[in-house]
Amino acid sequence: MEEQPREKEEIEQLSGSFAESNTGDVMVVGGGISGIQAALDLAETGLKVYLVEKSPAIGGKMAQLDKTFPTNDCSMCIESPKFIECSRHPNIKILTYTEVERVEGQAGEFRVALLKKPRYVEADKCTGCGVCMEYCPISVEDEYNQDLSFNKAIHIYFSQAVPLVTYIDPEKCSFLQHEKCSICAGVCKNDAIDLYQKPERLEIEVGAIVLSPGYEAFDPRPRDDYGYATMENVVTSLDFERILCATGPYAGEIERPSDKQHPHKIAWIQCVGSRQVIEGGNSYCSAVCCAYTQKQVILTKDHDAEAECTIFHNDIRAFGKDFERFYQRAEKLDGVRFIRSYVSIGKEIPETKNVTIRYSTYEDGVKEEEFDLVVLSVGLNPPGEVKELAGKFGIELGPQGFCKTNPFNPIETSRPGVFISGAFQGPIDIPESVMTASGAEALCGQLLAYQRGDLAMAREYPAERSVAGEQPRIGVFVCHCGANIGRVVNVPSVVEYASGLKNVVHASEALFACSTDNARKIADTIREKGLNRVVVAACTPRTHEPLFRDTLREGGINPYFYEMANIREHCSWVHSREKDVATQKAKDLVRMSVARAARLEPLQEFQLPVDKRALVIGGGVAGMTGALNLANQGFEVFLLEKDRELGGMARRIHYTLEGMDVQTYLNDLMGKVYRHPSIHVTTDAHITDVSGYVGNFTTMVKNGWLSREVHHGVAVIATGAEEYKPAEYLYGESDSVMTSLELEEKIAAGDEKVGSAESLVMIQCVGCRNEDRNYCSRICCSHSIKNALKLKEKNPEMDIHVLFRDMRTYGFKEDYYREAANRGVRFIRYEADDKPQVKAVKEGGKPVLRVTVTDPVLGKKLEIDADLLSLAAAVIPSATNGEISRFFKLPLNPDGFFQEAHVKLRPVDFAADGVFLCGMAHYPKHLSEAISQAYGAAGRAVTVLSKDSITASGAISEVNEKDCVSCGGCIKVCKYGAVEFHETPIGKKAMVNPVLCKGDGLCVRKCPAQAISLKHFTDQEIFSQIDEAIPALAKVL
Amino acid sequence: MCTGRVDPAFIVRAFTNGADGVYIGGCWPGECHYTTEGNYHTLGTVLLMKKLLKYIGLNPERLRVEWVGASEGIRFAEVMNDVSGKIKELGPLGKSEGIDDKALKFKLEAVRNLLPYIKLVEKERLGGPFATAEEYNRFFASDDAERLFRELVSDKLAVSQIMLLLGEGERLTSGEIARILGLGPSDVTRYLNSSARQGLVRFDEKQNVFLPPGVKEQARA
Repeated sequence: MEEQPREKEEIEQLSGSFAESNTGDVMVVGGGISGIQAALDLAETGLKVYLVEKSPAIGGKMAQLDKTFPTNDCSMCIESPKFIECSRHPNIKILTYTEVERVEGQAGEFRVALLKKPRYVEADKCTGCGVCMEYCPISVEDEYNQDLSFNKAIHIYFSQAVPLVTYIDPEKCSFLQHEKCSICAGVCKNDAIDLYQKPERLEIEVGAIVLSPGYEAFDPRPRDDYGYATMENVVTSLDFERILCATGPYAGEIERPSDKQHPHKIAWIQCVGSRQVIEGGNSYCSAVCCAYTQKQVILTKDHDAEAECTIFHNDIRAFGKDFERFYQRAEKLDGVRFIRSYVSIGKEIPETKNVTIRYSTYEDGVKEEEFDLVVLSVGLNPPGEVKELAGKFGIELGPQGFCKTNPFNPIETSRPGVFISGAFQGPIDIPESVMTASGAEALCGQLLAYQRGDLAMAREYPAERSVAGEQPRIGVFVCHCGANIGRVVNVPSVVEYASGLKNVVHASEALFACSTDNARKIADTIREKGLNRVVVAACTPRTHEPLFRDTLREGGINPYFYEMANIREHCSWVHSREKDVATQKAKDLVRMSVARAARLEPLQEFQLPVDKRALVIGGGVAGMTGALNLANQGFEVFLLEKDRELGGMARRIHYTLEGMDVQTYLNDLMGKVYRHPSIHVTTDAHITDVSGYVGNFTTMVKNGWLSREVHHGVAVIATGAEEYKPAEYLYGESDSVMTSLELEEKIAAGDEKVGSAESLVMIQCVGCRNEDRNYCSRICCSHSIKNALKLKEKNPEMDIHVLFRDMRTYGFKEDYYREAANRGVRFIRYEADDKPQVKAVKEGGKPVLRVTVTDPVLGKKLEIDADLLSLAAAVIPSATNGEISRFFKLPLNPDGFFQEAHVKLRPVDFAADGVFLCGMAHYPKHLSEAISQAYGAAGRAVTVLSKDSITASGAISEVNEKDCVSCGGCIKVCKYGAVEFHETPIGKKAMVNPVLCKGDGLCVRKCPAQAISLKHFTDQEIFSQIDEAIPALAKVL
Repeated sequence: MCTGRVDPAFIVRAFTNGADGVYIGGCWPGECHYTTEGNYHTLGTVLLMKKLLKYIGLNPERLRVEWVGASEGIRFAEVMNDVSGKIKELGPLGKSEGIDDKALKFKLEAVRNLLPYIKLVEKERLGGPFATAEEYNRFFASDDAERLFRELVSDKLAVSQIMLLLGEGERLTSGEIARILGLGPSDVTRYLNSSARQGLVRFDEKQNVFLPPGVKEQARA
């Protein structure tokens, strides 16, 4: 081919300059969502990153998921923009199909030997066109689709893959096995196939390493007690994830493997491979399965409202933010049964291939029931070949086979300079994987701050073409979004309709408009067809506008010539059951966007300086950890604490479940914070006002009578949380009733009453998981176990009863739950509508607390006389959250905790730029989790602080002085102070300061003379949309 | 862009194009994502426009503002279903209120023409800015607001409608004008007399009809 796409040339140039020196700052090993986030964050802070992935494409397990809990966002839709960001980032070099062979050296100067496996395809020649795949005669099971469908021996890993390059499965290829076929090489027009390609070895020098190898799904085959290996209609949850997915084996139809029929009765079995002490199982809880199963149930019901879904479970562990509501949502659906029971697989019915499950309930005893399909909710195992991995990197593993970490810094490994992110630290969900990635960046930054920027490169774009004087030439790209849009909206019909609209010179469809391949096609089309406006009809500008604007720049036109029609959130998702009207609405939305696009004008963005100081609000462990990391990365920090002392909630915690001494750690941390020359601590601090924006905030801080102004570029919200003061169970009436924290303090202080107590009852879920607080406080189950173990250690004879609803000792905490049970702590489940009763009575002359609870096994009331009662009181939002939320314009969730920008992928960011979140201000969490998140928030903050300037939007207000009547209406309403009068030859006129304008447009609404306009949202642009929204009637009148 | 950017002209444009209802969704008061609290101003806009709609004979329920936070997907769905249900109940714009298409056009155009003036009046005399949503609601429900509105806006609105009607070139008696626009006959006479004094309309005594100053007197067909 003569003409290579221009973008490709640039990438080659970039990689060319990379190749000159095999040195970087950091190597990220593992290209799942955690590795991707770590690479992006590191690159953004000016460090050069090698992202090494052993599979043929980045994306990891998240790329195989259909949707993500608890928001049911489409997994690929939110992850794939990050693939493209990585591939386009000038500071990231992606090495796929590459494994680490050896690591030498030490922190600051590692030498990593890599082995690039042969793809048998020259990556820089392959265009991803797929012709070779059409011609390849060999079918192979498709690994990406969990072997449920077939692919070819030469194929692309998945359709949005980055890099979009084919590879040959050497085990299956006829040529590589028997030198018999080379059709692919014959049909490739670009001469990209190299059947004699050899492995390539290279050595890279880096200062630090981030390990993000992720996890493996538990494989039920070896033990095969669930029939997975023998029964066709038993699938794992990861298989089912692919079955649900539009890009999956059955194109998004829920079918069962045996006969490709829609299963009607589906069963999920929880804890497969988890919470098991039998051979081949994992003792720990995998933490994510409860929520993902609920997600799968909700999605199944979305696909087929008549489906009968049955979930056989142990405890329901809905311990994360918004998980409780998610569980309730699944549970309330018609035809959904949650059954608490251990189960065993009965038999496969030979005629139907249905599968029976045996289970038992207290009410009905043992039963056997038949299901069309059985889904095994498999847990999370350590990554494959983990021992070998640990050996190569010289790190230690924990008893569970995951990475051994320091509980006070779960991102560090035993080897300095090697950090971890994601599920290698143990079973965690996507948001935690993402925040630990940003945390790993923060720790690498601490190590390498001195060389930041030395190897960094700036992104280069083709020169912007002036379109002045041209008629609008609009290109419309309509996205199927897999099946998200395509299943509801008739996309070809929308394309056809769009091609007939005024000014439209190109219209086409794409399976995923945001894939690298398609983004490149858009850029090419802009050049080839001379487009000067682009409309993408797909999803939301909130997640995808930056990507497509960037694509316009790649195509050589101003990014503000881009317009997005949201035919997913605004159309296919909300009108999924009315396909005809949905298609009509999609056409309406496209027509409106095309009309607006024709009027769009090129705008210039500009740079705002960044104040390189940070404000951290909250002096607990999260706030101090964040502050210390920022200071160690070379930034000045103001740390505010509302109390008289630093320490926050941790002052009341004495030991962790794992046995760490919290007070020693805390004192050491406080000492480091106080001594650090770049940290300015203010205690007794109250914020009275906040103004400004990212890079340039001003906060008024009051300390006693003194008030002062603090200037800072970013803010970290670490305001913590509080303990609920119970109003139930005689709390406050009897001094034998206390909260778990109070019990802990008494144990630590060697309280005599606690020491001499013979019996103690703990009641869980006090003040939450109820109507007032519809959430789980996450930490209380482990907290009670921790206290129970401590008490048993001191007095093994003590009678301890834990009255609980679900024991939520997720992850490795499960082992301590088991230990407590083994040491004789007794656990009794109670139901929300049958809470325990507590009475103060005298027994044998001695005052006792008589606790009455229904024993579900015996089905009758039990009375327990206790000397002490410990209440697992809820964690409630800090009283200052409302105030802080108003000052910084940050949303709170319905429970009063701060609401992050995106539950999954921006867990420590806010929608407002430059403000970050960590610790219990986000949601209740354990100390080590708060520390991880604090590093995460610091890492994200450094992506701003490390820059000298940030780019501000071009969509701001502008005054036409000729029309200005000097009424001052605009000046009066602008709280940014962005509009002021200035003298002109024609008198005093309003003028907009572009640095201060945020583009809200209130001034425009107030102007009586239409003299002020908001760029990118002009009256004419909006009128054109209104006119197109209701065009038929507009003509009548 | 903030809901505070929603210009009354956008609302008028939508109704002029034949929309049966207009819904504006904004951030909750006190939860502005900018610092400008434009949502309070939006509430002012909506309350003002409701008064204008009522004045020209349209059901003010056709215009609605509701606060929905970014995390309130379920509330948003409920609100939208409610909005579309209510609008369906209200029926087609104009027809349901007994206004014919022609009169509706004049009325909405009259409102549109008056918007620059309303913006000036608004800044000086009407509607805040207030610090709370309650204050906005209280003010617009008050007698004071009603009086101010009558004094400042309603006369001009009526005159504007009459001028637009006459601008079509028809010769109409004051009674005909009152009937077409649905105004009180005595009010119409009052407006016409004062407009005639200002030279804005002329009265053709022979035929007992009013006409704009530029139009030649001629026999009615």
